[in-house]
Amino acid sequence: MRYAETGFNLEIDLSRGSIERVETDPRLMELYFGGLGTNAKILWDRVPPEVEPFSPDNLLIFSTGLLCGTPAIGANRTIVSTLSPQTLLMAYSMMGGFFAPELKYAGYDKVIIRGKSPNLVYLWINNDKVEIRDASHLQGKGASETAELILQELKEPKAQVAAIGLAGENRVYMASIEHGRSSASRLGIGAVMGDKGIKAIAVRGTKDIDIARPDEFIELCNEVLEYIKARDDNPIPGVMPILAGLGSPQEMKIHDEKWHTTSFMWGNARTRRRDFWTEEIEEKWREIQESVRTRLISCYNCPMKCGAIISIPGISTYMMKCYSKLTYTMAAYSDLDFGFKIAQRATEYGVDGFSTPQAMAFALELYEAGILTDQDMPGMPSDTEGRFYWLLDRIVRREGIGDMLANGTYWAAQKIGKGAEEYAHNNIKKHEQLPLKLGMLNPVYFLMYCTGEKINITQIEGQFPQEQAFVKDWIQVPDEKFKQYFLDWEPRGEHSNPYYPTVQMSCEIVDWMEMMHYIDDALGMCAGLSSFPLKPPYHIHNYPAFISSATGIDIDEAGLSQVAKRNRTLVRAVNIRRGMRREDEKPPEDHWKKRFPELEEKLLDEYYKFKGWNTEGIPTKESLHELALDYVSEDFIKRGILRDTETIPTKATSKEKEKKEGGGSGP
Amino acid sequence: MKGEKVKKIIKTINIDVDKCNGCRACELICSAFHAQPKYSSNNPGRSRIRVIRDPLRDVYVPVYAGEYTPAECTGRDKYTIDGKEYEECAFCRASCPSRDVFKEPDSGLPLKCDMCESDPPLEEPMCVQWCLNDALTYEEREEEVEEEVEQEELEIGLEALADKFGLDKIVDTIVRMSESKKA
Repeated sequence: MRYAETGFNLEIDLSRGSIERVETDPRLMELYFGGLGTNAKILWDRVPPEVEPFSPDNLLIFSTGLLCGTPAIGANRTIVSTLSPQTLLMAYSMMGGFFAPELKYAGYDKVIIRGKSPNLVYLWINNDKVEIRDASHLQGKGASETAELILQELKEPKAQVAAIGLAGENRVYMASIEHGRSSASRLGIGAVMGDKGIKAIAVRGTKDIDIARPDEFIELCNEVLEYIKARDDNPIPGVMPILAGLGSPQEMKIHDEKWHTTSFMWGNARTRRRDFWTEEIEEKWREIQESVRTRLISCYNCPMKCGAIISIPGISTYMMKCYSKLTYTMAAYSDLDFGFKIAQRATEYGVDGFSTPQAMAFALELYEAGILTDQDMPGMPSDTEGRFYWLLDRIVRREGIGDMLANGTYWAAQKIGKGAEEYAHNNIKKHEQLPLKLGMLNPVYFLMYCTGEKINITQIEGQFPQEQAFVKDWIQVPDEKFKQYFLDWEPRGEHSNPYYPTVQMSCEIVDWMEMMHYIDDALGMCAGLSSFPLKPPYHIHNYPAFISSATGIDIDEAGLSQVAKRNRTLVRAVNIRRGMRREDEKPPEDHWKKRFPELEEKLLDEYYKFKGWNTEGIPTKESLHELALDYVSEDFIKRGILRDTETIPTKATSKEKEKKEGGGSGP
Repeated sequence: MKGEKVKKIIKTINIDVDKCNGCRACELICSAFHAQPKYSSNNPGRSRIRVIRDPLRDVYVPVYAGEYTPAECTGRDKYTIDGKEYEECAFCRASCPSRDVFKEPDSGLPLKCDMCESDPPLEEPMCVQWCLNDALTYEEREEEVEEEVEQEELEIGLEALADKFGLDKIVDTIVRMSESKKA
């Protein structure tokens, strides 16, 4: 009997049109839990580094997390993993909503898609009955339009659908996979879905998910509910309203956007507008938000309300979450009503709300600088908002200049040349980052930006309060010593950035943050109830009991942290094998005004050591052995990435480098 | 013939659809509570509550499973409220042949909300406890009812039938029905 998980994966080969239900090895759950962990294992085992993202041999994995479909509140994330056409490294992007639990109830932990379909298809998973169906009539349709049409034709309103829009079909590197109020947006996984010729997956499930020790497990769930309630009644004092509660930042509920609009950059991560937020703006934005927001909504089994239904007269109703209301607004130096309007079209097209506005603002900067000319932009309107719509339409169709922009700012700049590279200034590993430009180097963020395998920091934020009152009942810290680190951390003076937290402390803090994210991503838990907000209901001290009582395996904090470390190392190993090295691990050059090259080198050195990696960031044979990842070191040694007897840093081979730089010239 | 006044506890779940965030925790915990052994599994397909959910039309309505009915109605109804169109028979609580809701997914046996009857009794049904948004709240009140009201109703009904079909035919039918039940 399998608990919490179903013990079966669905293997779909689109080239052959075959469908298999495959039982999984129970030992994998003990080693990697599920979700991101087992996804990384599958990608490591089955996708060698020679495979290109748009190859039939690339896999696209839709995975549930270990706790999805159990009563664990907020465990509803779908973890989608593949190779990114943009970074050429492993991509994992996640979405909330209802898809993962439904897939579990249908009897599967994962859907693993390989091959390519010659014509556009969609997948219909109805418990044991699985079909590959023609989707030619859905070609060019919007993502939520597609979902609606599929539910109608299946006559199954309770099915859950994940779909791509036009952007995915056209293999736009910013294409998302959309699912109701959620989307897996980052790193171009929608483009891989489009490349495989799969428009959507619909799933309906009516089977049981079993729990090993029900009484214990439900007691823990009830405690979490109680805690959420208490936390809702007692928002954290002294922090900005969007961060005072649980969930993702409450952008849909709260209209006070002083912090984002005055701290984040406008345009192509370009201008900070410290004076933007005025009473007049606040009143106007409140009115706009309240007039378009029909209802605050949640994901499966979660009392939070991080999303909203947005109804604007004359535009189809759509669902929105979190920060995307501001990304278009701010990239275009525009107003909130523009943000709400263009987001509707962008959602139907299925594009990433972070990268896409930046790519459009980047194009307009190049146009102003004379690098792009009227010849490149024939027929572009004269007003900024009109230009954004114009660019969006071209990007998702890969028309004219849109074909280059569709690959993101890094690859577009390479192709445009003429100094355009300078304008693609906000990338890490070729991927657009949050539009933040700050003053003083922060050592903790420096490490997270450089080494984060997710390659974007939207959910790798930390818990950085400093007040005594906060620390007093801070049960979430893995170790008491952290409380002192945070208490001593001061905005200015001796104990301030960049030399405080010290290098050692920074390594420990980052390690803690990462551990929580890797646990969440294996369990399918929403970061909004765990690794993201201040004082979350899930933490390292109650997770072992959750996992043990759900699955029947007995795991303690040390064991849990070992699994997190194993998963984190395995994701890195996939990327190392694809050529990622220390030189790739750097934040955007202008992320901080004040940089400290020596300190930064030391931070990386010490962090690598702390993690058991060599100076190139490659996990050593010894540390791989400790994590029962000997198969990784054997492969590394065979490929000359590690040496057998010593752990001398190894540079990426020239062949790997060449592939890395040359592989993204567009489809 | 007047019956005695008796006290009866009326259990009500108040449903405020405006407060529903559509999370379906009610469905999940209902199915977990009714699993054997309790909480050993969950499956919203077995739930005795369902949230009729159509986000793009802003339709969020929790509906509870009521009585089983062997035959479907002669006609169906379809409501439009405040411009929102609800699905056919949306608000009906019956487990009925016309649709697949409120039935065990494998056996097809009908499901009915029992207000989480258990020993010792819960303070509130589980769906209410798990709804932190207060879309579902619980209320109990006492009402005095006349014990034999139902019998009176039966008599009135039988009289109407006797008028229509004749008393003999009614008696024959009742005998036949009770014999086939025994068998």
